[in-house]
Amino acid sequence: MSHVAHSTTTTTARTERSATASKAYAAFLGIGLVLLIVAPLFFYPIFLMKLLCFALFACAFNLLLGYTGLLSFGHATFFGGAAYFTAHVTKEWGVTPEIGILIGVAGAAALGLIMGFFAIRRQGIYFAMITLALSQMFFFFCLQAEFTHGEDGIQSVPRGHLFGFIDLNDTTSMYYFVLAVFLIGMIVIWRFINSPFGMILKSIRENEQRAISLGYSVARYKLGAFVMSAALAGLAGGTKALVFQFATLTDVGWQMSGEVILMTLLGGIGTLIGPVFGAGLVVTLQNYLATSQFPVTIITGVVFMVCVLLFRRGIIGEFYASRLGRKLGFEHRR
Amino acid sequence: MTMIFGIPLQAFMGQLLIGLINGSFYALLSLGLAVIFGLLRVINFAHGAQYMLGAFVAMLMLQYFGINYWFALLLAPIVVGLFGAVIERLLLSRLYKLDHLYGLLFTFGLALTIEGTFRYLYGSSGQPYAPPPALTGATNLGFMFLPNYRGWVVVVSLIACIGTWLLIEKTKLGAYLRAATENPTLVQAFGVNVPMLLTLTYALGAGLAAFAGVLAAPVYQVSPLMGSNIIIVVFAVVVVGGMGSIMGAIVTGYMLGIAEGLTKVFYPEASNIVIFVIMAIVLLIRPAGLFGRDA
Repeated sequence: MSHVAHSTTTTTARTERSATASKAYAAFLGIGLVLLIVAPLFFYPIFLMKLLCFALFACAFNLLLGYTGLLSFGHATFFGGAAYFTAHVTKEWGVTPEIGILIGVAGAAALGLIMGFFAIRRQGIYFAMITLALSQMFFFFCLQAEFTHGEDGIQSVPRGHLFGFIDLNDTTSMYYFVLAVFLIGMIVIWRFINSPFGMILKSIRENEQRAISLGYSVARYKLGAFVMSAALAGLAGGTKALVFQFATLTDVGWQMSGEVILMTLLGGIGTLIGPVFGAGLVVTLQNYLATSQFPVTIITGVVFMVCVLLFRRGIIGEFYASRLGRKLGFEHRR
Repeated sequence: MTMIFGIPLQAFMGQLLIGLINGSFYALLSLGLAVIFGLLRVINFAHGAQYMLGAFVAMLMLQYFGINYWFALLLAPIVVGLFGAVIERLLLSRLYKLDHLYGLLFTFGLALTIEGTFRYLYGSSGQPYAPPPALTGATNLGFMFLPNYRGWVVVVSLIACIGTWLLIEKTKLGAYLRAATENPTLVQAFGVNVPMLLTLTYALGAGLAAFAGVLAAPVYQVSPLMGSNIIIVVFAVVVVGGMGSIMGAIVTGYMLGIAEGLTKVFYPEASNIVIFVIMAIVLLIRPAGLFGRDA
């Protein structure tokens, strides 16, 4: 998705503005962190952990869509695939949770390497269709493979002891473990998009032809971003498998890939923190509707259409573009 | 009993026929996708939902108004086509100036909404729709029994495919369409109502999907999920064929349907992934697709 660079502001004004912006950012970050630490006192911890997992998943997805301009319709493969891997190795091999999650991440990265290898051969909507088709293939694989137990999924996965001595069956320990995973994931994403590598990705998003003519091997950068995004989605998926103690076909289905797109779109494509809000809204909505008879799909579909038609910047994007956002020095694009 | 590659001829021909039937639906649907994409530059994710709508409209018309199969085959595409025209006029047309991905996301939302609504109203399980009395029974071809309805599906979908191809390649309307694909501004300057052309095209694509849906209703069951099950496979078909040519979409649809059917004979476990595997191989050898011009 192409973005138009902000050319009107002068360089000095921009530095001043981004100084206030980074102050505002730091303030919001501090408040957010405190809220996350005290949250289990006020909310159901399982719900919060689910939220954190999906928030990380959406941010990992946004790394690809928002910062590289590639729309993957197959991210459920990495999320759900990692959930299967983590669940399998912790249950059958009896490894500790952190090793289990790392194996999940490695598996997701490997899947990302394979899918990315094929998908980056085409661009735009073809890229979306190829990722969708390959992830459907993985879905059928999971349906038939032995270790996933087909329709039943992998049930009663042990949470185990973190590093061998912290009992994660204790909900509070588990919550802070998930929070730590989430924060590590976010720091990695933040570092990644502000690295030279991330800058090149943004240049590919803005103008792929120019990036090629500057001598960058665009395909390799795209593949790198794809694998990175897949690995982080795997981090979220593996953690989720330990939270809920199961891994099922739901996590690898195309609906899940659609859900993560919605979270990102709703929160704000190409904003670091937007997908967290998008995920929060979607997960809350699902929880709320789970008790009623009304199907979630209809709401999801309508929200999708409304977002695309009227609300393309997403919540955080709109905030950045609002008067208050601009006063605080945030830049909005498009 | 006659054997072919160690498989009874009956079973072989049976699977080949199923492959041909599936191929007919792939061809009809990927044709519609290609027609819409050619002019609107939108990948119509709701194509599967429109296919499902066609089947449902036919079934509901029978239940509530006693409208039989033959009229349904004519009316359901018109109903769904009109629905498509309204959607295009009111909503989809606002997205043409944006990145093409927004069109994909919008139609994805539309597909979810339609599918969700029908699941809410009719449940997830399939409902039978009887083939018309004139086409029940089977014909003995000497080497196998061909159910008449299935033979009809193959013939009529082939006619529909060729008809659409002729419409686009050989008629004046088709010429406008192709011209508008190349350069909409110039065509508009010549006094052709391009926005109307876009609406017509989307309606035509949606109508084709609904036509396929009515044809499919007696073969498979009428279920809210029938659309999303097939659309992902059709996307793979479109990636293999490339959307540059109408004929390419048709040929690829039939080819992959048959390939799927044959896989069911020789290696059943792989039958639901074979099309995706073929897609991956084609991407390695010819990234632009077999008939594709644009990458």
